[in-house]
Amino acid sequence: MTEKQRIRLWSFSLFIGFFLMWEVLCIVLNVSDLVLPRPSEILVTLWTKFPILWPHILQTLYSTLIGDSALGVSIGVALGVLVGTSKVAYSVAYPLLVGFSSIPKVAVVPIFVLWFGSGTTPAILTAMVICVFPIVVNIATGLATTEPDLEDVLKTLGASKSEILWNVGLPRTMPYFFASLKVAITLSFVGAVLSETVASNRGIGNVMMTASSNFQVSLVFAGLIILAVLGVMLYALFSLLERHVTGWATRDTEIAIT
Amino acid sequence: MTDAASTRRKAVELQQASVIFGIGDKAVTALSPTNLTLDKGDFVALVGPSGCGKSTILRLVTSLITPSSGAVLVGGRDAAIRHLRMGMAFQNPTMLPWLTIEQNVMMPLKIVKPFKQSYRQDRKGAFRDRVHALLGQVGLGDFSGHFPWQLSGGMLQRANLCRALVHDPDLLLLDEPFGALDQFTREELWQTLQELYLDRKPTVLLVTHDLREAGFLAQRICVMSARPGRIISDEVVPLAQPRAIETIYTPEFVEKTQNLRALIAQVRA
Repeated sequence: MTEKQRIRLWSFSLFIGFFLMWEVLCIVLNVSDLVLPRPSEILVTLWTKFPILWPHILQTLYSTLIGDSALGVSIGVALGVLVGTSKVAYSVAYPLLVGFSSIPKVAVVPIFVLWFGSGTTPAILTAMVICVFPIVVNIATGLATTEPDLEDVLKTLGASKSEILWNVGLPRTMPYFFASLKVAITLSFVGAVLSETVASNRGIGNVMMTASSNFQVSLVFAGLIILAVLGVMLYALFSLLERHVTGWATRDTEIAIT
Repeated sequence: MTDAASTRRKAVELQQASVIFGIGDKAVTALSPTNLTLDKGDFVALVGPSGCGKSTILRLVTSLITPSSGAVLVGGRDAAIRHLRMGMAFQNPTMLPWLTIEQNVMMPLKIVKPFKQSYRQDRKGAFRDRVHALLGQVGLGDFSGHFPWQLSGGMLQRANLCRALVHDPDLLLLDEPFGALDQFTREELWQTLQELYLDRKPTVLLVTHDLREAGFLAQRICVMSARPGRIISDEVVPLAQPRAIETIYTPEFVEKTQNLRALIAQVRA
């Protein structure tokens, strides 16, 4: 067995062990379903309610992906480039960015609801504001720390500013970008669900809220499991993308053989 | 000859160009006012002790820095205009780590006119062949698909040389391009460079520590003083080109390099 397989096996055992422990403890300590349902119950709920849950899953995924990947990434990259390519802009705007990013994003949900009413829009916007700042800060840092030597190569060829940005700055920044994107995607997931909980009649967040007020505790937990699975899936998706784009940074031997 | 005609013949001209870094008490003179002229097709070597401003002159010519006083003309116009097509090999190979060697060497074709206009059509065809031919010439034929971190320092320097030459520059600037190579590879590449030079006749400015390298390749050798640098000797190498590698072991050649060596030893002291 290779080292990699052994780690996978351990990881899998830990996963199974966690739920087994939960199941066993609930039975032994005689915990009520209303407090903490057993994993087997949650699984049954998940299975029977899945047709009802499916549209809500899509709704949450939609809000997260539009907010994070479409809006958040494009705005984040654009702002990051703006701040990162100019030394002055970098020093001037950095304090403001740090200020913005330290605002608890929960606090902005009511503002969005006030402005746009309840529904999908606040969920998308919450997902967006959560992921924008890590992306801006990382893109800006990546660009600002690009080795001047690398830029000089293109400058001597008479390259324009935008050519230098496309051929040196942005590729050089990709590892930073993906590092922030992986954090951002999970965070904006939280944001979208949060907004759905507060002000929406669709999405997993709303399902959990309703289920909780109806004492359908196992459904609440089913919602949590769905969120965890989606989170892991999105993270894995971006990791895969990252490996393809920034394999050079980790000296990935698999991408090198051409 | 008229002034206009002599201006046209000049590829590079430093007119009392000096470089001072920093201001006030912290100012450091990197280059004292210096005059240097390269005619079109000249191969000039710049030698001198470390930190004397050799690389500064290259950075002036490529307009990576601007002179604190005086002027730097390239192709008869201000260096900042980048009037001539320039190829530069830096001291560090500075390959872009996210690109393969082939993509790195092809970079000038993506940036420099007139190649950039047809880059999209030609990058899988004519440009690729051009890059492969050049890589083959320096013994990197099998490494075009590798990433820079998979190559040794010497191999990277060879790729670096290819990148400086791929777009057929009018003006070639070489900053100690053979520094990290063993003696045999170095002599091999001297010959390759000589062939490439005689073939296309670009104007070349070579910065080096190696006096034999300067003597073997260049038509003129300029010696610089210790910092703040200026050119203290500008001599023609009285040997016809192409030169055979054995030339560097002849008594005349050895005597010539010994004289230069003595001169540099003197200015270092």
